[in-house]
Amino acid sequence: MKAQSTVIKYGDHVDTDVIIPARYLNTTDHAELASHCMEDIDADFKAKSRTRRIIVAGRNFGCGSSREHAPIAIKASGIELVIADSFARIFYRNAIDIGLPIVECPAAAAAIRDGDEVEADLDSGTITDVTTGETFTAAPFPPFIQEIIGCGGIANFVRKKVQA
Amino acid sequence: MGMTMTQKILARAAGVESCRAGELLMCKLDLVLGNDITAPVAINEFKKMGATRVFDPAKIALIPDHFVPNKDIKSATMAKQMRDFARDQQIVHYYEVGRVGIEHALLPEQGIVAPGEVIIGADSHTCTYGAVGAFSTGVGSTDMAVGMATGECWFKVPEAVKVVLKGKMKPWVSGKDVILHLIGEIGVDGALYQSLEFTGEGVREIDMDGRLTIANMAIEAGAKNGIFPVDEVCRAYLAERVSRPYTAFEPDEDAEYARVVEIDLDRLDMTVSLPHLPENTRRARDCTDLAIDQVVIGSCTNGRMADMRVAAQILKGHKVAPYLRCIVIPGTQQVVRTCVEEGLVDIFIDAGAIFTMPTCGPCLGGHCGVLADGERAVSTTNRNFVGRMGHTGSEVILASPAVAAASAIMGRVATPEEVI
Repeated sequence: MKAQSTVIKYGDHVDTDVIIPARYLNTTDHAELASHCMEDIDADFKAKSRTRRIIVAGRNFGCGSSREHAPIAIKASGIELVIADSFARIFYRNAIDIGLPIVECPAAAAAIRDGDEVEADLDSGTITDVTTGETFTAAPFPPFIQEIIGCGGIANFVRKKVQA
Repeated sequence: MGMTMTQKILARAAGVESCRAGELLMCKLDLVLGNDITAPVAINEFKKMGATRVFDPAKIALIPDHFVPNKDIKSATMAKQMRDFARDQQIVHYYEVGRVGIEHALLPEQGIVAPGEVIIGADSHTCTYGAVGAFSTGVGSTDMAVGMATGECWFKVPEAVKVVLKGKMKPWVSGKDVILHLIGEIGVDGALYQSLEFTGEGVREIDMDGRLTIANMAIEAGAKNGIFPVDEVCRAYLAERVSRPYTAFEPDEDAEYARVVEIDLDRLDMTVSLPHLPENTRRARDCTDLAIDQVVIGSCTNGRMADMRVAAQILKGHKVAPYLRCIVIPGTQQVVRTCVEEGLVDIFIDAGAIFTMPTCGPCLGGHCGVLADGERAVSTTNRNFVGRMGHTGSEVILASPAVAAASAIMGRVATPEEVI
């Protein structure tokens, strides 16, 4: 699995309340959730995410509430990859479960700047900042996690197994 | 090498003799929990997986508490989806408005959680049940759906941070101050992917409501779970509530810990967390220049009887400051009834506070006390992120019920000594 795009960069402790504020949790509609994604910390996110498909963030991304609406909103916004120094553990599981590619890579999270062009190969764990020429290596996911993400989430993955 | 409490519980649930940190285990679940926000997403996923029946209708809890009584049409639609599912699947632990309470106040109170059990909940504060010696952790809706379908969940065995409580708390200092202080010490990701295991002679000085408050906010340090030993205080609490057999686990003497943190309760002061992170802690007495517009006393963190009693003790004979809204939210219907019986409701009303129905309400900016731009609240809830209680230009200061009640009287951050 590969991703290549311009980066939207955020800081440490981006919580799920700002990823999708609770006032919008009265729906399960993915497109509607996406329309409010990040709006409390970045009013321009909707416009940015039309062309910029990779988020890079600092420590503890997705902390706070367990709301799966958060990775759903990010994925439905068209984001193809989130790279962070670290992820809060519930968000980490949720992202895999719904098929949102994520990578933990402190070096890349520190070095990559807002607006940089980034290429990532999730099979090998190689992340390249095309703008600066720097390359970073993250631990790749084992094949079964890659398969879950590739299926678009664990529900589809399970369904596929059941039907096989 | 020995195991921690958490490791022992997970090993048993996985049917293995022992386990070590980092191992992946598939565990049998004793309870799968969801609420009116997270369960609808889980029900959709449940159907998407091709599942038709839940693994055990007696081991699932569906609790409408966040946006109920329904705050708008969309919320009503989601609550209805959960109700229809509960009826169709014959879910035993479904509680309708009028019988329901805030999930993490209700489940321990009703004895639905017990020591040694493995519990997942699609709500991050599911870690609350560590107070009764259970392994319980928050998950997303899809994990909840898998849990409902299969009765199992995989876990990475966590390493643990040992939190040693020493001494005895001073007057007005409570469990809330213990956990806020701890989060201030180790940070909001200080226990990321780890367990917080509480121990030490100071544990017995903290009542069950205080322990539930502490375990509740383990997630605010990034922890997977927070857990207490099952001592005589806990057994007395359980005796009135849990009739099924349960197993209390103790850590091995040679259990390995990633880190040991000591908290000297004698020296602990009333603590607040300033906006916009729970780790941003200060002594309450150092923040008395901060004026406030609203006080919230309640939530899954502090909506139990000990919280109501201390708030009433401080508000008794006083008036809430002019132009300030003091909103008291009991955690369950049993808390409501006890407040009525003990005369606390009269005290709240005489003070000029409002006493509401059980709901998560304003904690997450849902309803019943949402803040406007520029407003600041002192709240006994658990998060003070940007926009958590309303407008992104509003602020939340986290505090204990004692500090919150004193602050309601003074119209600013205050301590009980200032008003009593």
